[in-house]
Amino acid sequence: MPIRDDVLVVGGGLAATTAALAAAESGKKVRLVAHKKSTLRQASGLIDVLGYADGDGPHADPYAAMADLSEDHPYRILGEEAVREGLRIFDEAVGEMYAGGHTDTNALVPTYGGTVKPTARYPASVAPGLASIDEDTLFVGFEGTTDFAANVVAEHVANAGVPFETRGVTLPFPKRFRADARLTRFAKALDEDERVDRGVGVRRALADTVREHTSGEDRVGFPAMLGDVHGDEVREDLESRLGMSVFEVPTGPPSLLGLKLEDRLFDALDDAGVRIATGNPAVGYEADGDRIEAVYVDQKGSRVPYHAEQFVLATGGLVGKGIDSDREGVTEPLFDCHVPHAEDRYDWSEEAAFGDHAFARFGVVPDEEMRPTTASGEPQFENLRAAGGVVGGADVAREKSASGVSLATAAVAGGRAGEEA
Amino acid sequence: MTETPSVLVIGGGSTGCGIVRDLAMRGLDVTLVEKGNLTHGTTGRMHGLLHSGGRYAVSDQASAKECIDENRVLRRIASHCVEMTGGLFVQRPEDDDDYFQKKLDGCRECGIPAEVLSGEEAREMEPYLAKDVKRAIRVPDGAVDPFRLCVANAADAIDHGARVETHAEVVDVLVEDGEIIGVEVEHQDKDLGIGEGEPGTREKLYADYVVNATGAWAGQIGEMAGVEVAVRPSKGVMTIMNVRQVDTVVNRCRPKGDADIIVPHETTCILGTTDEEVEDPEDYPEEGWEVDLMIDTLSELVPMLSEARTIRSFWGVRPLYEPPGTGTTDPTDITRDFFLLDHGDRDDLPGMASIVGGKLTTYRLMAEKISDHVCEKVGVEAECETADVPLPGSSDFSVLRDWMDEFGIRSPVGRRSAQRLGSRTDEVLGGWDGPNPTVCECEAVTQAEIHDALDHSGTDLNAVRIRTRASMGNCQGAFCCHRMANELIGDYSEVVVRDSLDELYQERWKGERHGLWGEQLSQAMLKHLLHATTMNRDGDPAASDEGVDFAAFDTGASAAVGAAGDAAGDDTDRAATDGGERRDASRVSSDSRSDGGHHADS
Repeated sequence: MPIRDDVLVVGGGLAATTAALAAAESGKKVRLVAHKKSTLRQASGLIDVLGYADGDGPHADPYAAMADLSEDHPYRILGEEAVREGLRIFDEAVGEMYAGGHTDTNALVPTYGGTVKPTARYPASVAPGLASIDEDTLFVGFEGTTDFAANVVAEHVANAGVPFETRGVTLPFPKRFRADARLTRFAKALDEDERVDRGVGVRRALADTVREHTSGEDRVGFPAMLGDVHGDEVREDLESRLGMSVFEVPTGPPSLLGLKLEDRLFDALDDAGVRIATGNPAVGYEADGDRIEAVYVDQKGSRVPYHAEQFVLATGGLVGKGIDSDREGVTEPLFDCHVPHAEDRYDWSEEAAFGDHAFARFGVVPDEEMRPTTASGEPQFENLRAAGGVVGGADVAREKSASGVSLATAAVAGGRAGEEA
Repeated sequence: MTETPSVLVIGGGSTGCGIVRDLAMRGLDVTLVEKGNLTHGTTGRMHGLLHSGGRYAVSDQASAKECIDENRVLRRIASHCVEMTGGLFVQRPEDDDDYFQKKLDGCRECGIPAEVLSGEEAREMEPYLAKDVKRAIRVPDGAVDPFRLCVANAADAIDHGARVETHAEVVDVLVEDGEIIGVEVEHQDKDLGIGEGEPGTREKLYADYVVNATGAWAGQIGEMAGVEVAVRPSKGVMTIMNVRQVDTVVNRCRPKGDADIIVPHETTCILGTTDEEVEDPEDYPEEGWEVDLMIDTLSELVPMLSEARTIRSFWGVRPLYEPPGTGTTDPTDITRDFFLLDHGDRDDLPGMASIVGGKLTTYRLMAEKISDHVCEKVGVEAECETADVPLPGSSDFSVLRDWMDEFGIRSPVGRRSAQRLGSRTDEVLGGWDGPNPTVCECEAVTQAEIHDALDHSGTDLNAVRIRTRASMGNCQGAFCCHRMANELIGDYSEVVVRDSLDELYQERWKGERHGLWGEQLSQAMLKHLLHATTMNRDGDPAASDEGVDFAAFDTGASAAVGAAGDAAGDDTDRAATDGGERRDASRVSSDSRSDGGHHADS
């Protein structure tokens, strides 16, 4: 029997899952096909909306800053309401796991590079570490890890001008692992409260080690490795043993906060009745005029058609390979949507490493209901919409807008697809 | 003469480093000054070919013979800098048979071991060679790491009492009574934590003899002394691939031409090159078509290159020279031999000689000849020992042990470390206390090796990079630049850490821009996301003059209901919490590394 749904979402990241949730709210049959479901392991787990516009920032009010964005930015095309709708879907999906929904104002969060960054939503485990909370802070790092240097973070956060004192200390983790153990291994040990020598649990041993190095601070921050499945329990345990609040500092890959968010989003998809097929890439499509009939998924060498009324393209940007390039040009490989770019590849980037790179804004050009348009500005297909990194026009890295762009575009693309299916 | 004669060498490339080692071993009082890092000029920007001499076997047999001799010497004294990959001169159907025969005869005349392989045999050796490759000549080409080689020469010179001063630019050549008596240098205005010079100051260095070993920059030094040195700088592009498509040096067997060599180097391959005269060795165009030329032309030998991933490209400038009046128009025809210009004989300005031309493979021999000349000038009789005494790291190193057990690192990492460090492995890895995590995963560089490099590099992370290869792999530092910088924190402030990181990051970006398509553009975007999105390095309030109004930002949900700090309890509670068993405080490696007290500004 052929596979047929009302809405088919292609992709596995934040935009794809949000689009699927948005589409499912209409009560339609929704399916998500993803090649890999691991893009969020690279992400910090923070949900940025907008921190910088036109090189200015950090802005406390992301909505007010939207006026400074260029007109082809997805926020300008979709408007503030799309962002709020995306955040609503996100907040409902993650529940208590995230904070920040109580206000429109951005939070400033210290990350593993040391300085603070503006963000709209943050994991509950990150919340006690906000840079606007006036509490002296101890940062703790561990010997044998190199990404998170507690002294660098402490000094850097202080140099950012925070209204409290900071200190950093690098300690041996109470349990020894093999060389180059990842933070995920540390997390597992804390999750299961593994025994260290003399039969003491690793949580207690860690609290004991840290306590010796506190000197009147109100809170202590660790790289995000305080447990995985039982993260809340680990943090509560450490807080009660240390008598101070304990928070996590978002890290780079493999990012536990990103992985936990991914798990939560896939659980939300299950709850919403979305069918999920992962592990195989979408490789082509079938169309009848300007309507797509099916997307082909490569399953161990055979091309299997997935039929639907409406389609959402959420395959990611350059990193997720939703946008591809070679020496000659830039393409959207699945539907060959139009991706504007300069002819000379040296115009794709700037000489300054953190310059205003054109490549960072590569992507399809959407109309106001998120349909990718052709070079002449017409929707390429009437039933194809795009969301997330595959959409161009935003330099989400410089703007600190990555998650917000994904949520807003997904809310509109998924929502409209659900309504029309 | 009662005092030890003093010699000042300008230029920290292979020639200068070779000379300073040679003269220091002969007992002279030697100082080397270099305006950037060691290898900052041409040496650090070449394809890393250890010539067998095959390339010159038809056009310049004297050079070819020197190459094969020095090739053998370097395998002996610098084994940890050399990988004997072997080389092939490959003939395609359209390439001239006569030239192939001339190449073969030339190799044999010069004493270069040469063996003819059929196309099939060549493809058996290198499976990705084009199907229509006709024949090949197999020669003992190799790959040499120019960074490691220079560093080893400089380190050995220091061990023999030399002073090596990097980041010290010559701003004047001192002339008195018609004779050169020294130079004035300006020490870079930034404390890198190395060298004896005071940052930001000028220093006059006097010497009995000055050697101008600045290669493509020799004309500029000459100008300061008032003599003309007509170097003809010629640029060449090199493109780095992400993997080793070939494990043997692959040369095109034809008279001359652009894009005719592929050199396997560590985990990568380097495609080269072009030959085009430029006016200024520091300011010339670096263009995309040159990169395209490498890929498109060399795909004729190895077709898969057309679709393969390049990680960056860079350009180097050859210090070509020919005696006045030769009048060669095409730079590819200019001899690769070196010239010693004695300014006493030539310009009636005694006290200095300039070295121009030459190539890395024969750097030691050049250094020997120049050192002979210097010794004659200053009246010292001493034998050259550099052909026989191994460089540091290269002595008695024949067995790679299983480093994992011994030093607590994973064996693939240990093996790579040992290949780089050679006989210094024990000293570097064995002398490290505590866990020794991998800092750069692409190149398998551990914390211990980074710290060893930092001992000689101060805050200059590019100097750490060239010593260790950290940040030179596929990810181009996306995952390790900041880790390398973090290692500075024990000895320097966070501001220094940040500045050093920015400098390394920008240096990496310069070369990455030439490979920005396909996989490498994806990689660049990921790097951008990690460093800008997550770390906010581009919008860092710490780097901005405008203060942030922290009170205007979210203070947390609990603050809204006036319950901030609830979860933490108050200070009096803390004393009552479980005292537990205390761990021995000495487990913390050191106070300077672990306790960085800091006060907020406000």
